[in-house]
Amino acid sequence: MMDAGAALEVLAAHRGDHVVVTTMSAVGIWPSLSDTPLDFAYLPSSMGQGPALGLGLALAQPGRGVVVVNGDGCMLMNLGSLVTLANHPADLYLLIFDNGLYEVTGGQPTAGTGHVDFAAMARAAGIGRVYSFDGIDDWRAQAAEVLSGPGPVAAWLRVQGKHGQTTPKPPRPMAEQIERLQRALGM
Amino acid sequence: MFDGPSVAAALKTCGVTHVVWVPDSVLGQWDSAFSGDPDLALIRVCREGEAVAVAGGLYLGGRRPIVLMQCTGLFEAGDSLRNFIHDLKLPLFFLIGVRSYFAHQQGATTDTCPVFTEPILKAWGLSYVVLERRHSPADLAAAYRDAQAERRAGAALLAE
Repeated sequence: MMDAGAALEVLAAHRGDHVVVTTMSAVGIWPSLSDTPLDFAYLPSSMGQGPALGLGLALAQPGRGVVVVNGDGCMLMNLGSLVTLANHPADLYLLIFDNGLYEVTGGQPTAGTGHVDFAAMARAAGIGRVYSFDGIDDWRAQAAEVLSGPGPVAAWLRVQGKHGQTTPKPPRPMAEQIERLQRALGM
Repeated sequence: MFDGPSVAAALKTCGVTHVVWVPDSVLGQWDSAFSGDPDLALIRVCREGEAVAVAGGLYLGGRRPIVLMQCTGLFEAGDSLRNFIHDLKLPLFFLIGVRSYFAHQQGATTDTCPVFTEPILKAWGLSYVVLERRHSPADLAAAYRDAQAERRAGAALLAE
């Protein structure tokens, strides 16, 4: 089990020029680690649609690389997206931060807390490059490998959950985020 | 007359690059026309809300997608549609097959799909046109172009 902030610090050190799409709790942490035009806080969101949004971006921008930081609750809302990712090769790097909680609603368990193996699910969906990390040292050691090379990639990271959290706020309005992102992508 | 080759040709005149879909029994007959067209990428997804999100990502990345689905998928996709066209304000376009449309008009079905499709589109604030037998793929293309010119989301309902 690792601290979510520490896990995101590792991502920040290895993301290179990839677009980073954050969802839910990660939206509240990520701007303190990276706040470039290639950082897209997907909030307000449709819960569970982060991987699909990332896939669309990755297909539209071949070679760019798109990282999606998704929670376990979000993942459970759209398990089919694992199948869709497997079916459309693109440089999409899906990081599943599993804290076993709906953290932004205060910390209730999900239906999958403690008994879902997201790495096995990703493999069964057909994703070829799948990783699993229990501790920060292993994640730090392999992050460069995880975040490079051909996608799709799925990595399951077990992180500590927090109770009493509230829904984070995005660093800036959505329209401004979109304008920054598209300008950074050369549009 | 709507068939796969003519719809694919019409979409390409609009600059559509990607067809994101979950097919129904009518739209599904167009599969080979889309999958065999080197100028259109067919993106198969598992659920319709996911289709909206993939299209949103494509649009953000500079492509011109269209989402094809049945009205039942529209019902499923509500939150995703709300988010991408109202929160992100992306001018996405949808072609939605309306199951039992003609049978409903004739009072010959108990299928509730035609009952709810248009009210739901109105509730989501998504403007639309209805494409019946007298219409052609050119009408679909015109609806797409109108929405893009006004930088708004839009839909075409394909009567089935």
